[in-house]
Amino acid sequence: MDVGRHPKIRLLAYSEIEKIDGEMGNFHITVRKKARYVDEKKCTGCGTCAEKCPTVTSDAYNLGLGKAKAIYKYFAQGIPSAYTINANVCRQLQGKKCGVCAKVCQAGAIDYKQQEQIIEFDVGAIIVATGYDLFDATKIPEYGYGRLPNVVTALEFERFLSASGPTHGHVYRRSDLALMDALPEAEKSQQKAAKGLEQLEKKGGMSSADFYAKYEAGELQGEEYDKWAEQVKVSRAATEKLEAMKAKVDQIEGAHRLAFIQCVGSRDIRFNKYCSGFCCMHAVKEAIIGLEHDRDAEVYIFGMDIRAVGKNFEEYRNRGAGSGIKFIRSRVAEIYEDKDHTPILVYEDTKERQVKQLPVDLVILATACQPSEGIVKMAATVGIETNDFGFIKTASYPPLSTSRPGVFVCGCAVSPMDIPESVAQASSAAARAAQVLSGSETERLAS
Amino acid sequence: MSGDTEKTAELNTKDARIGVFVCHCGSNIAGLLDCAGLAEYASGLPNVVFTKNNLYTCSEAGIAEIMNAIKEHGLTRVVVASCSPRTHMPLFKSACAEAGLNQYLFEMANIRDQCSWVHAQDRDLAMVKAEDLIRMAVAKARFLEPAEDIESSLVRRAVVIGGGVAGLSAAGALADMGMEVILVERQAELGGLLRRINRIGPGGEKASELVGTLVAEFKSKPRAKALLESEVSAVSGVVGNYEVTIRDKSGELQTETVGCIVVATGALPFTPEGLYGYNGKNVITQIELEEKLRDGTLDAKRVVMIQCVGARSPERTYCSRICCQTAIKNALYIKELNPEAYVHILYRDIQMYGTDNERTLWDSRGKGVHYDVYDVGRPPVVKDGVVEVYQPLLGEVEQIPFDLLVLSTPLVAPEDAQEVANLMRIPVDQNRFYLEAHAKLRPLDFATDGVFLCGTARYPATVGEAQAQGLGAASRAATVLFKDKLVASALISQVTERCDGCGACVELCPYHALSLEEYEQDGQKLKRNKVDKMLCKGCGVCAATCPKGGVVVCGFTRTQLQAQVDAALEAA
Repeated sequence: MDVGRHPKIRLLAYSEIEKIDGEMGNFHITVRKKARYVDEKKCTGCGTCAEKCPTVTSDAYNLGLGKAKAIYKYFAQGIPSAYTINANVCRQLQGKKCGVCAKVCQAGAIDYKQQEQIIEFDVGAIIVATGYDLFDATKIPEYGYGRLPNVVTALEFERFLSASGPTHGHVYRRSDLALMDALPEAEKSQQKAAKGLEQLEKKGGMSSADFYAKYEAGELQGEEYDKWAEQVKVSRAATEKLEAMKAKVDQIEGAHRLAFIQCVGSRDIRFNKYCSGFCCMHAVKEAIIGLEHDRDAEVYIFGMDIRAVGKNFEEYRNRGAGSGIKFIRSRVAEIYEDKDHTPILVYEDTKERQVKQLPVDLVILATACQPSEGIVKMAATVGIETNDFGFIKTASYPPLSTSRPGVFVCGCAVSPMDIPESVAQASSAAARAAQVLSGSETERLAS
Repeated sequence: MSGDTEKTAELNTKDARIGVFVCHCGSNIAGLLDCAGLAEYASGLPNVVFTKNNLYTCSEAGIAEIMNAIKEHGLTRVVVASCSPRTHMPLFKSACAEAGLNQYLFEMANIRDQCSWVHAQDRDLAMVKAEDLIRMAVAKARFLEPAEDIESSLVRRAVVIGGGVAGLSAAGALADMGMEVILVERQAELGGLLRRINRIGPGGEKASELVGTLVAEFKSKPRAKALLESEVSAVSGVVGNYEVTIRDKSGELQTETVGCIVVATGALPFTPEGLYGYNGKNVITQIELEEKLRDGTLDAKRVVMIQCVGARSPERTYCSRICCQTAIKNALYIKELNPEAYVHILYRDIQMYGTDNERTLWDSRGKGVHYDVYDVGRPPVVKDGVVEVYQPLLGEVEQIPFDLLVLSTPLVAPEDAQEVANLMRIPVDQNRFYLEAHAKLRPLDFATDGVFLCGTARYPATVGEAQAQGLGAASRAATVLFKDKLVASALISQVTERCDGCGACVELCPYHALSLEEYEQDGQKLKRNKVDKMLCKGCGVCAATCPKGGVVVCGFTRTQLQAQVDAALEAA
């Protein structure tokens, strides 16, 4: 918001760096601004377009847990507050007939003919703040992510906890959510079957129950009656299925036993050797919020060390322990499920020197912070080196310098770090850039 | 602009010509509320001479309509019924100003967040509430008074308190940005805690070399000067114009006027008197080990280290962040000096966060450093030359003989942290580290404008982190120092003639913006309240406290609020 409104900041969203020429103090930048098919200047972000858009797709922001439209805003508070058309699914852009968004947009912001743009400008210094991606938990088959419905990632769990998330802040087992999602479909087929029967009843002049009794007794015969009888069977099956589902759905309770597993893909020689820094505190936070949602929840955090190293972090961890979080020093070996999709954790309790099993409702995996997917390409474009871990390589002095003079880096593009650290580093990177602009960096490098 | 202000000031409330703009916000408001109906309703309110409903009042077209209406209809007050003043008030105010109407003659009613959004289930009631809010805004608008933003000059100089790695980095960066910098250091030398350290983790550079580089770079800057063996003894003034009094070792005082202050006063290693047999000889602290390594006087073949000594305990609840890294760095260095040396680290959680740290942990294991977890409920016991530790994994007590036992103690705030904080009216936390404005979003700012924070004065930090924070604090200070002038809202407290100097409000002011001043009237010495215009944030605590109407907040005067309340209670 501050950035969006700042008179001296030009925000190029939905854009990528194409080329950087020149050198420190005098870089020439080429940016490719992708087509969003919406005029950012005209779009007021009112959302009428998305409301009326007939194309439903999965919601990337909610990690596919919710639904989005073909014209979308990645998340509600995004800057600029403009919508974007997903050209891969938009009917109009796929050459079919639609144009609904253009019709309903009162600001006249929709532009199906918008092309990507090449923008060029000169700058003195560059700051890289490209962030990170999360480890793909399916790479650890023994944890069953992607195979066991009730094993989720910490970020997915974050969306469950969010009041504006796909479950409006209620924590359910994902298998139960699937059941609830399937209910409307079952209702529909039951109604359809019932309607079919109704027509037959009207035509036949008797109730289906009466008919079927007679049919069974062999009093009524013929092709017409066979069809009717078939329809009775279909309808009864649909009703039975629906009732069974309803009964199950009625029994659904929120996920009550939560197990957090730390270091999923980090501190693991198979994947990333390093520590992802922020996941311990993230787990403690999610666990505390989970307990706020459900005071009697059983919450476990499985980790090797709990790294609560920031200001007030240890105190926060202690608060979590005080409100009932059980910290277990262990690396979980395996997760399997029973027939009700209840995940069961197999682990060694290092304090009691025993292998144990623990059934829970939901397992939350703290997936590692990894170099962002495009970092290699980005680093090549910007002309900077990456380190052994795949993050951007920095010199130890002066801080935040990359291998290319005049290019600085901050945040998780350097190494995993938490929010205060990232914010402080961002200010430092600004100071480093100011040193270039004032000429003192050139003096320093010369001496 | 001032001519226009005088013109509008002359217009008293009964002649106020009010324009009301009702925004549809696309379908956000108009999807539920009848905006044309609301505009129609507003046109019937007292003093309303113009109404208009717009698709988007904030769009270019909407803004142009406000400006045209001010000119064509001679509006002297503008009310926009739309969204949140937090996001859109500045835009509408500047539109008024551009059209020649004093910006403080503008009022807003939030019929989106407070009506169409929260009452979407009940259209009729939402409509009634929107009418209420508009009626209240119009009633208040009649009594709005023109005002001017408060402007103040600023001095492009800064004081940095503390000449350790964070302070040196901050001072250097500020000087590089063209600011004049005065670095105040209590000791006779710059460098702080870094002078006591041997090597810097994880790369292993010599600390003395970094001190040398930082000090040389600082000294090369013509705009920066260091005052050694000096302390800040008093601070007064406000952002842009702080008066900082500095006392040198001879007791001589000098005062510097600066725009900003950077606090980099650092922290000190805790001395564990009475813990684990600490004696400074064969049971020492990690910083004492650093000094031995720096001076090449280490003579020990069996070194045991205990982590979290005096930390993560009831007395000091925090984790000191850097001690695990320090222990492992020193363990590796001992192994480098003598690969045959036995090093054993007893820890609770090994805090090697991030990429390089965790690698150092792996490396140290590879090089034969031993590690064991101890249970806080059953901590190690130190006997003569032996540490006894319960091994939860084996369920046994292990005896570890040592030549040297090294205790990793936390960094603690200096004894006088609270006194230094009091000088600048900045808060400290439960561990007496300075408390930043916002733990996540403003880690290097204080709530007090123009005062910034970095290094271990904030919380234990590594050398690299302290440097980065120093640069960051410089950058935060620069956001103030690069301004041409400081501008503050006129919506602040104002003392009226009814103030009798009782001082009840002075103590309550959270911004320390109020003080009592003496004055003479008819030969009598009297007291009254005085508002510092730059410190006051217009929060209204004083006005709410005063039983006599001796202090009011502009834009929220009794008359204005009364009009609003009366309008709220009026039957629609």
